[in-house]
Amino acid sequence: MNEEFLNTLGSIIGTATPLVIASLGETITERAGVVNLSLDGSLALAAVTGFAAAWTAQEAGILDLPMQIMVGIAAAMLIGALIALLVGFSSIKLRRDQVAVGFVLTLLAADLARFLGADYTRIPGPQITRFALPLLSDLPILGPVFFRQNLLVYFSYLLMFGIWFWLFRANGGLTLRAIGERPEAAYARGASVQRLRYWYTFLGGALVGLAGAAYSLNVKPGWASPPAMQGDGWIALAIVIFGGWHPFRVVLGAYLFAALRAVSSNIQTNGLFIFGQEINFPFVLLNTLPWLLMIVTLLIVSGGLTERLLQYAPRPVQRRLRAFLRSDPPKALGARFEME
Amino acid sequence: MKNPRAIAIQIAFLLLPIAISLAVAAALVIAVGRDPFDVVDALWKGAFKDSRKLGGVFNFWIPLTLVSIGLVVTFRAGLWNIGVEGQMMMGAIFASWGAQFLLLPESLSPLLNVILIALSALGGMFWAFMVGILKIRLGVNEIFGGVALNALVNVISIYLISGPWQPRIGGSAQGTEPFPAPALLPEFAPTFPVNLFMIALVIAAFVVVYILLNATRWGLNLKAVGVNMRSALLLGVATERTSMSAFLVCGALAGIAGSYRVLFTFDNLRPLASGGIGFLGLLVVLLLSIRLLWAPLIAFAFAAILTGSTRLQIAPSLKLDSSLAGVMQGMLVLFVILFHGVQEVFFPGTLADEEDIEDPHPGSQKEGGA
Repeated sequence: MNEEFLNTLGSIIGTATPLVIASLGETITERAGVVNLSLDGSLALAAVTGFAAAWTAQEAGILDLPMQIMVGIAAAMLIGALIALLVGFSSIKLRRDQVAVGFVLTLLAADLARFLGADYTRIPGPQITRFALPLLSDLPILGPVFFRQNLLVYFSYLLMFGIWFWLFRANGGLTLRAIGERPEAAYARGASVQRLRYWYTFLGGALVGLAGAAYSLNVKPGWASPPAMQGDGWIALAIVIFGGWHPFRVVLGAYLFAALRAVSSNIQTNGLFIFGQEINFPFVLLNTLPWLLMIVTLLIVSGGLTERLLQYAPRPVQRRLRAFLRSDPPKALGARFEME
Repeated sequence: MKNPRAIAIQIAFLLLPIAISLAVAAALVIAVGRDPFDVVDALWKGAFKDSRKLGGVFNFWIPLTLVSIGLVVTFRAGLWNIGVEGQMMMGAIFASWGAQFLLLPESLSPLLNVILIALSALGGMFWAFMVGILKIRLGVNEIFGGVALNALVNVISIYLISGPWQPRIGGSAQGTEPFPAPALLPEFAPTFPVNLFMIALVIAAFVVVYILLNATRWGLNLKAVGVNMRSALLLGVATERTSMSAFLVCGALAGIAGSYRVLFTFDNLRPLASGGIGFLGLLVVLLLSIRLLWAPLIAFAFAAILTGSTRLQIAPSLKLDSSLAGVMQGMLVLFVILFHGVQEVFFPGTLADEEDIEDPHPGSQKEGGA
């Protein structure tokens, strides 16, 4: 296969990684029954915190590059986790609406990021370096696409399989799904619903923070205002729905969005040629594509339209088609759970 | 009668969130090496130094109050109209179309103003209808539908500005040419640059919506749908139509708010002309637990902070990013919500007139976040 094409696919995997990590984080949070709507702001605040921490470590001159990156990542994860905990605390302990708190936190975190980031705008800082995996990177096709990336990307693969294994093959994951689907039943069987919800909210938030650092230390290095990842938090939230709260489908969704974006930005810089003929078209409008895709995917997986159309499908495939197209949220998602 | 302790706690819980959010904001300002009192001074002077500045406050207050009134309506129906920002923008685009292509002689300027405002209301309703149809008929959660439609209208505005509507000379993505004078809303006086007709319109909208919400069957239906969709349906409320009407009312008001931005504040169409005012409206309404009565007052306070914040960047001792305004507003709303929870959970029975408090959790009774 054409090497340039493979490299393009590889760069799509790379740029999709923050989306992948953020969506996977939100997936486990929502599996536990909590919606963390603050993603769009959290990503920005985590990104600027991670960058500022790594940059400060660099200026201090004591630590080497890997350690600077680690400092940045740790700071970003802490911020993401703290915001998520605030959503968790306000809904679990204070009985506030998760959507309201999450929305306020989205705006607040985005403004905080702009305010605190003002001194860090457009300056160079430490960046995560590429690290081709020995042996695997020499594989035909798979090598250049998946294994000539950086450690964060490899971590995202592990994360996907790890979450899948935990959710569907481990006892702990069974409890996780239970507290999101039937918290009363889980409680009756001895699970400490509230504590687990805190824990998974924290964990999911930390991953969102990591995704923020993945932007500012790798995919969109540095910090600018308006932030480069603006809007991606909402896309990540939509990807979780599109992915039906299943790690494999979620990751697929993230790659799909990144691919669409890569295609549209490529056309905007290089023009569009079909059979050697240049097509003229207001390319700005291509920026609508990710959002149209968001609407269409949500329409398919959660709307009533699919259900109506499915009636016309041949009977034997109806059930499979439905399972393929539709996705249902955890039943207790966003709902409060009160112990008697 | 309440005992004094309950009243004391009540007052404490009113003041605590304000004090804490101010303290956190002050701590942030100190953390970046500035003096919080300089910030207060800059904010105050930026908003109230003279009548021109006060005019600036009103220029934020007008669109902010309009969207807040609209959002009270959608929140009443249990709907999260995050798409309000895009509805403002679509209103601005419709008004901008009219301002460029509907040409009336100068003498008919007031008529043209009314036509353009009506057009903008249509534009806002159109975009609100899209959110509504996605939500009501096609099952797409209004938060995600709204976010996507906000982004779509932003791309459309950039396309218009850099394409068909670009200025004849020096076309760029900065904005369209200034609109012809008859299309613009006149200012009351150079020393108080505000459009009085719009202020009258805001007051009228406030009164009409207040009456509609509290004294008509429609208002009752909205509340029924907002509190419990299923029982409303069983009680014979046309739930789909009621939800849609809430979206349309909010869209119309948001559209008018958008027209004020382009026909008065900027005199042309710019990218992001809505300027986050729709989102700020959501904060205003969340702060009020969806009560309409105080909306104009809170909107005024927020507008003053917003206007004052432009001075933060200029003041030589500060040179701070104006996003501090958003931080202060966000903190305030966050702490008010949190402290309301603390009071409810740890001090039950000290809440002010229980009946008066609307459900502060719009949509919390629905199936889930998705």
